Amino acid sequence: MSFTVDEIYETASMTLHKGLDIRTVTLGINIKDCVDSDFEKFKQNVYEKVNSGSEKLTSKTEEIETKYGVPIINERISITPVSLIMESHSSKEKFIELAKVLDEAVGDAGVDFVGGFGALVQKGATKTDKVLIDSLPEVLSQTDRVCAFVNVGDHTTGMNMDAVNKIGHTVKEIAEKTEKSVGCAKFVTFVNSPEDNPFMAGAYHGIGEPEYSLNVGISGPGVIRSVIEENKDCDLTELSEVIKRTAFKTTRAGKLVGREIAEELNVPFGIVDISLAPSPMENDSVARIVEAMGLESMGTHGSTLAVALLMDAIKRGGAMASENVGGLSGTFLPVSEDLGMVEAVKEGSLSLEKLEALTSVCSVGLDMFAIPGDTPASKISAIIGDELAIGIINDKTESVRVIPAIGKEAGDVIEYDGLLGKAPVMEIDGNSSEGLTSRGGRFPNPLQSLKN
Amino acid sequence: MSKELCFVTVIGEDHKGIISEMSDSVYEKNINIEDISQKVIEGYFVMSMLLDIQDSDHNLEEIEEDLQKIGEEMNLQVELQHEKIFKSMHRV
Repeated sequence: MSFTVDEIYETASMTLHKGLDIRTVTLGINIKDCVDSDFEKFKQNVYEKVNSGSEKLTSKTEEIETKYGVPIINERISITPVSLIMESHSSKEKFIELAKVLDEAVGDAGVDFVGGFGALVQKGATKTDKVLIDSLPEVLSQTDRVCAFVNVGDHTTGMNMDAVNKIGHTVKEIAEKTEKSVGCAKFVTFVNSPEDNPFMAGAYHGIGEPEYSLNVGISGPGVIRSVIEENKDCDLTELSEVIKRTAFKTTRAGKLVGREIAEELNVPFGIVDISLAPSPMENDSVARIVEAMGLESMGTHGSTLAVALLMDAIKRGGAMASENVGGLSGTFLPVSEDLGMVEAVKEGSLSLEKLEALTSVCSVGLDMFAIPGDTPASKISAIIGDELAIGIINDKTESVRVIPAIGKEAGDVIEYDGLLGKAPVMEIDGNSSEGLTSRGGRFPNPLQSLKN
Repeated sequence: MSKELCFVTVIGEDHKGIISEMSDSVYEKNINIEDISQKVIEGYFVMSMLLDIQDSDHNLEEIEEDLQKIGEEMNLQVELQHEKIFKSMHRV
């Protein structure tokens, strides 16, 4: 036999016992060619292209799932940033109508989310970009499957602080308009957003992408945790090595599945995103990996070191396994969606400040965390600005998905159904940040030298 | 004609009749067993069977469904996976 029983068992047990899965298969679709001066025709074009792409996607994934025994959890669609194609239909009502068309186009084919309802405003916002941002509270409260993003900065242009100020108000309005503020789970603010990210809520089909592109996110926090638990006595150099070897194997599985689905759909294969993505199940917690490395609780001293070492090792293994590693490829640390993160917040070992520190090394942002509902919009803008400044200065992707928990205060909990988990409302200080954020303007493009 | 190879992994407690039941099921579907190995790993009985499904009229889903049924009756976990995933994961 060309493989040993140990090798066969290792692969089978990754899916059977340790939760290895393809977290998302995302088909990127260019919809610029759908534009028409007749809005009815425009909507029809969008429906037809997005719906037929969705149907093709869902018809092929099951077959590949059976062939390799690797579960495919989500099938999603990402599209061209919507503000780019709405310049000649720039009204709030039309944005809402288009969002409903997208909601239906993917929903009718059994796809759970479509990403790309967003704008790129790093240098400044057009009239249409502003209308899009204004429409988000209605869009996210009147649709189920549409995900929105705004990219407010990048390493070549700096950060648009006027947009950050506006978004503070938008986030609050989304929270007020949706039950349990859940609309905020479908909106992310970015700097340095990748054009090929397969994960929601921030996926979109970038302007440098081909007509179609198939991107996959492979994930298995349980696989990594298990290999760490099996190597209790090794030093950090050796630990990095065993994590790297495991990441090589999981990335290879993702690449195989992604390539084969792309071939079946007759579209180019884009990237494998090797981000660790938690879900609210014991086996799927990133916090538990960090704890398995030797910390009593996520968030305690040593957590930044542990997360940095973990992701560095995963990237080493991933980069060796595939020339197509891309997307976000950091670790997600969404508070509500990770049992260990929720526990750490409740027990007091993980504060918002520590979470921010963790994102400075390799996580892709402050994600799915709740703050008191009476937090002023200016404070939300300041939280977003703090986090995104880390991305601007360090030339990395950062994002914020913040949930102002309307009617709740620090210590309360918002309970969601399913994958969103539960969000403990985190404490924030009461001092005003308004004087700074209300200045607006642009954070200048960062220096590439003098980096200390 | 080139072979189309898949591995069946059976995990659980060792008892009589596992190989016999599994091989009957694949024989009925005109599938050739190329190799069988077994070992105790992490306290589990692990048996792997290499199948060539090239001549079978049944698709992977049907083959797996029947093997899973046997697994359920014998209290075993069964996974059928195409050989390509092992090549991808375990060979540079």
